[in-house]
Amino acid sequence: MPVNPDLVGRTYPQSGPYPVDAATVAAFAAAVGATDPVHTDAEAARAAGYADVVAPPTLAVRYAQASEAAYVQDPEAGIDFSRVVHGEERFVHHRPMVAGDEVVGTVTVDAVRQAGGHSMVTTRTELATAGGEALSTVTSLLVVRGGED
Amino acid sequence: MAARPLASVSVGDVVGPVTVPVGRDTLVAYAEASLDGNPIHQDEDFARSVGLPDVIAHGMWTMGASGSVVADWAGDPGRVVEFGTRFTKPVVVPVGGAEVVVEGVVTAVDEGTGRVTVDVTTTSAGQKVLGRCVAVVRLD
Repeated sequence: MPVNPDLVGRTYPQSGPYPVDAATVAAFAAAVGATDPVHTDAEAARAAGYADVVAPPTLAVRYAQASEAAYVQDPEAGIDFSRVVHGEERFVHHRPMVAGDEVVGTVTVDAVRQAGGHSMVTTRTELATAGGEALSTVTSLLVVRGGED
Repeated sequence: MAARPLASVSVGDVVGPVTVPVGRDTLVAYAEASLDGNPIHQDEDFARSVGLPDVIAHGMWTMGASGSVVADWAGDPGRVVEFGTRFTKPVVVPVGGAEVVVEGVVTAVDEGTGRVTVDVTTTSAGQKVLGRCVAVVRLD
């Protein structure tokens, strides 16, 4: 089933809040080889001017993908997730994410196009705090491989 | 660490290269921290069943590891204000593990805004695995 082009422009209801906790920041930092103490030591983070430990630049993907699920899992979208390959990812950070943030995400379907038998789906997720402070704009391109069946 | 001073940065400055090891344990840790539990990153039988040569790293792990190198160079991870990439080739992670090599070059310095553009090249087994990988760091 092809990806439904009629959903382009649709914005899904906000998801979350997802609490950012220090343990998640530390675990993610360790996994991507981020050794700066501002990821693990609240004192070091405060000394650097942050309210608490700082997320690595790509931790936002955890909350963006949680938000994107509203679209990707929408039966109307026509996305077979077993055929999805991640094509591109882009972050624009409005301010660094820190432990203690309560993140909410709002996903918009920016584009659906066909290329080489595949569907190329671009989503844009606006991450903000529950209080409405902008955190990150996360753009993701998913390639949904066309079926041979 | 303190952020790198803007005045010390010029177009052509080099970031890295830094070699980052990646093992199956790395991918388990990344899956747990990112909530991306796709079995192609864990289970070699599953990976082969969908036509892959072996377990592959999450593209987002590769991007994240590359971001760590840029953040270390900037001296403060909160200075990375933009970061984008294409995922062009998988990083194959056999049982014995693999490595990625991350390097970058400063391609633009905006003295007015403090925005410094870094083009990032990440390779594994001699092949580029990220395309158009660009970070912008904001320095004072």
